[in-house]
Amino acid sequence: MTTSTPQTMYEKLWQTHLVEDTEGETPLLYVDRHLIHEVTSPQAFANLRFHNRPVRHPERTIATMDHNISTRSIKIDAAGEGAANQLRALEKNCKAFGIELFGMGHKNQGIAHVMGPELGLTLPGTIIVCGDSHTATHGAFGALAFGIGTSEVEHVFATQTLRQNKAKTMKIQVNGHVGAGISAKDIILAIIGKTGSAGATGYVVEYCGEAIEALSMEERMTVCNMSIEFGAKAGLVAPDQTTFDYVKGKEYAPKGEVFEQAVIDWTNLRSDADAVFDTVITLEAKDIKAQVTWGTNPGQVVSVDGNVPSPEDFNDPMEKESCKQALVYMDLKAGTKMTDIQVNKVFIGSCTNSRIEDLRAAAGIVERYAGQKVVDAVDAIIVPGSYRVKEQAEKEGLDKIFMDAGFEWRLPGCSMCLGMNDDVLESGDRCASTSNRNFEGRQGRGSRTHLVSPEMAAAAAITGHFVDLNA
Amino acid sequence: MEKFNTHTGLVVPLDIANVDTDQIIPKQFLQKTERVGFGVHLFHERRYLDHEGTQVNPNFVMNKPEYKGASILLTRENFGCGSSREHAPWAIEEYGFKVIISPSFADIFYGNCINIGILPIKLTEEEVEQLFKLSAEAPLTINVDLPKNTVTCGDLTFTFSLSEFQQYSLENGVDSVGWTLNKLDAIKAFEAKMPAWQ
Repeated sequence: MTTSTPQTMYEKLWQTHLVEDTEGETPLLYVDRHLIHEVTSPQAFANLRFHNRPVRHPERTIATMDHNISTRSIKIDAAGEGAANQLRALEKNCKAFGIELFGMGHKNQGIAHVMGPELGLTLPGTIIVCGDSHTATHGAFGALAFGIGTSEVEHVFATQTLRQNKAKTMKIQVNGHVGAGISAKDIILAIIGKTGSAGATGYVVEYCGEAIEALSMEERMTVCNMSIEFGAKAGLVAPDQTTFDYVKGKEYAPKGEVFEQAVIDWTNLRSDADAVFDTVITLEAKDIKAQVTWGTNPGQVVSVDGNVPSPEDFNDPMEKESCKQALVYMDLKAGTKMTDIQVNKVFIGSCTNSRIEDLRAAAGIVERYAGQKVVDAVDAIIVPGSYRVKEQAEKEGLDKIFMDAGFEWRLPGCSMCLGMNDDVLESGDRCASTSNRNFEGRQGRGSRTHLVSPEMAAAAAITGHFVDLNA
Repeated sequence: MEKFNTHTGLVVPLDIANVDTDQIIPKQFLQKTERVGFGVHLFHERRYLDHEGTQVNPNFVMNKPEYKGASILLTRENFGCGSSREHAPWAIEEYGFKVIISPSFADIFYGNCINIGILPIKLTEEEVEQLFKLSAEAPLTINVDLPKNTVTCGDLTFTFSLSEFQQYSLENGVDSVGWTLNKLDAIKAFEAKMPAWQ
């Protein structure tokens, strides 16, 4: 009888993808799926051409246009010349190297991390990479998924592998069940609030516990999406029946017997019961309230029923200083009730919160304020994550609910999350945003971002301020 | 990639923690399809007083005359967090930096630096604090020796480490894609054993 050392899911994913672990070299891992977009790929293609190297497995790479496309028009040049150059370069490169591209207005076009899962390109037990740090989203399926730089994009193109040093492992267990009205966004913001914005640097995180198991796939994606916002290399959720039901029948997913075999393999991925993690963090779901960030990194977050903190609330000198600087940039006074903060912009979208369930949740809040409209002081836009999401939302009449209430209903794209197109905030604008980063200048020079759930963003649009929906 | 051996250079003390890649190179400068033209926009929002970048901010440390020609960036914890954009290290390199010293780096940024030949050095918080203090007294020139893994500043010597292959790659300017393409047999053998669903 043999006994094997208990393994975490990360270790299993690592072992099943290890091509070579040669003494003195960084281990070489196989990459199953590569997603690319217009911004971080052109220089990688240029280097392939320079060295006269082909893409080793073009069928394992899928391209989409998302980062700097217009959300008002499907015309390729609608977001300016610089954007159009990159989008045309992507078209040309995909054609030259035999890569499938979902270009402007294609029925499959969408934000890479919305498109991949909804088409079944994202599978449990795989390694998925993309030149985008929110690739961690796909970890919701039990895939090892992480963002890479352009040199690595080139490496994957040419070799279908990547060199990676092994990360440490962290288990984040959320016990019990969240209260009514608490979303996946609140769970992940509460986790980041607890760990701090660099709390998982050097780690791959596995989220588990009843509260995580109870989440839908889209909610798990929201959680894993923000793993990078506390420094994690990747976030993982163990695949289960919820995962298999979601993947089954998707366009690019395996079918028939191959799918059945896959489910057996995927089931074995979960961390062994006695696997040892380098760090374990535990949260009680019942303690998690609706969250709103007040500062300039995602760890600077409080419950909506709380107040803006003061530098005196922090012991660590760096955090104290960071709080001081954030209050200046955000133009907030310590002690202000979060529900007293007025916003003038609302953005519902991004790879964190632009899926159909997010839009349904936001529409549900709009309906709760029956007959009320977006207040005059606020401009609110809704940007679905993909054409499939947009189509589904329109089928359900959500677009009408939003437009009747005074929201703008836009075309899919990354949009105001990073503001590479014309969806940018003006200096001094204060935005309730369902995106993932509240960095200085992220949504526009001098702009102020508060990260929230779709429900909170919708309520802020109608009332002009943050609302404790459970009060 | 250029080989990295030793480097002696002037240090710019950027006394800010959690510098994210959006600050290093803002999104409006990511629309290039070439690998050049990013250095002029490095730290754009801090470096210039206006959005267009026509008015230099005299209070930003990198703009002070005593730091002209600096090639070593000294900074605080969690440098390079956020977006995976390699444009951030490209901008840092094009500006003229060869070395970044910090107590900690974000993972993706750290790897991106190594991949383009910038040396990211992790020192302890106390060592970094010492360098900040010295730098506040007078502009500081330090020596970095990669083969010996040392940072030397006057009588002070600190040591740092990198993983074995990262050290080798930097010292020898390894073409990482070419290196891996020599391993095609191992990759093909792996592919032959993959399950059908993968």
